[in-house]
Amino acid sequence: MRIINSFFYSFGQGIKNIFRNKLFSLATLATIGSCVFLFGLFYSVVLNFQYIVREAQQSVAVTVFFEEGIADGRIAEIGEDIKKRGEVSRVEFVSAEEAWETFRAENLGEYADSFGDDNPLEGDDNYEIYLNDVSMQDELVSYLEAQQGVRQVRKSAIVANMLSSVNSLVGYVAMGIIGILFLVSIFLISNTVAAGIAVRREEIGIMKLIGATDFVVRAPFVFEGIFLGFLGAAVPLVVVYFIYSRITAYVIEHFSLLNSLLKFLPVNEIFYTLLPVALIMGVGIGFLGSFMSVHRYLKV
Amino acid sequence: MKKGRIQSEPRALISLEEVSMNYSRDGSPALDRISLEVEAGEFVFIVGDSGSGKSTLIKLLLHELRPTGGTIIVNNVNVGKLRHSKLPKYRRNIGVVFQDFRLLKDRNVYENVAFAQRVISVPSRKIRKNVPSVLSLVGLAEKYKQNPRHLSGGEQQRVALARAIINDPPILLADEPTGNLDPKNSWEIMKLLEEINEDGTTVVVVTHNREIVNAMQKRVITMKKGVIVSDQARGGYIDEDY
Ligand SMILES: Nc1ncnc2c1ncn2[C@@H]1O[C@H](COP(=O)(O)OP(=O)(O)OP(=O)(O)O)[C@@H](O)[C@H]1O
Ligand SMILES: [Mg+2]
Repeated sequence: MRIINSFFYSFGQGIKNIFRNKLFSLATLATIGSCVFLFGLFYSVVLNFQYIVREAQQSVAVTVFFEEGIADGRIAEIGEDIKKRGEVSRVEFVSAEEAWETFRAENLGEYADSFGDDNPLEGDDNYEIYLNDVSMQDELVSYLEAQQGVRQVRKSAIVANMLSSVNSLVGYVAMGIIGILFLVSIFLISNTVAAGIAVRREEIGIMKLIGATDFVVRAPFVFEGIFLGFLGAAVPLVVVYFIYSRITAYVIEHFSLLNSLLKFLPVNEIFYTLLPVALIMGVGIGFLGSFMSVHRYLKV
Repeated sequence: MKKGRIQSEPRALISLEEVSMNYSRDGSPALDRISLEVEAGEFVFIVGDSGSGKSTLIKLLLHELRPTGGTIIVNNVNVGKLRHSKLPKYRRNIGVVFQDFRLLKDRNVYENVAFAQRVISVPSRKIRKNVPSVLSLVGLAEKYKQNPRHLSGGEQQRVALARAIINDPPILLADEPTGNLDPKNSWEIMKLLEEINEDGTTVVVVTHNREIVNAMQKRVITMKKGVIVSDQARGGYIDEDY
């Protein structure tokens, strides 16, 4: 009962502190808010990038052609070796006949018949190798080129490589900016709480004389920080939710050409992880900042 | 009731043995090997020149300071060896009022008194019962909604008294409680302290008020330059040239 009472008392005082200290509280909310807002934006962008890259990777393939007159056994052997490699997700054998069929169907249409039964791709038996990690493409290519019986290795796309490096660049920049904002937020929260402590020196002194426990003396300030952190995270999350929904809806509606290239994750899927991560971040900032001040300025 | 507990080994409620307090290493001590006992239920005046160490003594009893020498035992607790985690519980044995009242100006009389119970987590149900009763004890039942800024000095000190006694401490310390008050209000506060004492609380009052000390005929401890120069059972104010 006592513990519950202390908890409610401290919680109530914590919230009152926020209003006693309006200007500082607002500044703190604004900073945490922009921190979480930017985090939300970067997070959405990065998640979508990863999504697009994953999609793109699905269609990226390395194609291996063999020397003329190679034995079927050797082709099968090379196929087995490729399958064993970690970065390879799928290997498909395409016979020269299949290759020609596909090419004919896709590119020649009604002119296809003019080739008669000749197969211009004669001897172009090949493997299409799909990767689960595009960044390993170069390594795979040099491995393949070193194999006996391999005539040519064709990389299908540099796009994927570029995508994945842009992806990690965006990730690093985002992390840097968020890290700085994170520190600034902690600093501001700890200042807000320190100001509150300074204003209430006398009250704290009286509390101690009356016999308030350390918890009751300190907890209101920590609750204040946590509450500011929570609020500072919740508000921008709502904003990010609407901005994201609006922008994706707008792009899909007005730039239908881009649709094949850009695929957006649904907002709910983003928030499934963004919501808990950002709230924990806000509460964490609030807790750390206030905890620091309470321990520096409130020696009980 | 917590007051006047019977102890296995009979010992005064407050007991100081050879207590010294040196604020700095080189200066002369604020208290110099003071020994003193106060029994449960006593009313004690502490008088003496400015700088004689009276407030220092109060601070030692509150454990706002640690003595640089000697032993302080209050309510069977060795105050000098008190662990930090036990301090809140110890302080709940002692109510205290000061010359400057130390009320919270951002809340009304009721909340100032309730504060003392809220911060030690007394259930609101009990607070609602206790505050009006202690306010009527100090004669402020009607003014519970007022802000302390709009009260007279005497009234403010009565609010502070109500706050000091609401948790029913066995000991009440007062450091110059009438220092800012006119004679009439001073008398009212002293009478209240006497009433509180008659209800069983041990009361220690530091004061410069010669007239009241002489009239009330209580125990009077006189200090000078950090030592006790006189301790009279039913005494008066000792003149400077003692
Ligand atoms: N915080 C402090 N640091 C250093 N010296 C102090 C401190 N507080 C008090 N003193 C010194 O200790 C001595 C006793 O001070 P104390 O406040 O106990 O006197 P007092 O009897 O309460 O005086 P007054 O009647 O003026 O209130 C004085 O010489 C004072 O200068
Ligand atoms: Mg003094």
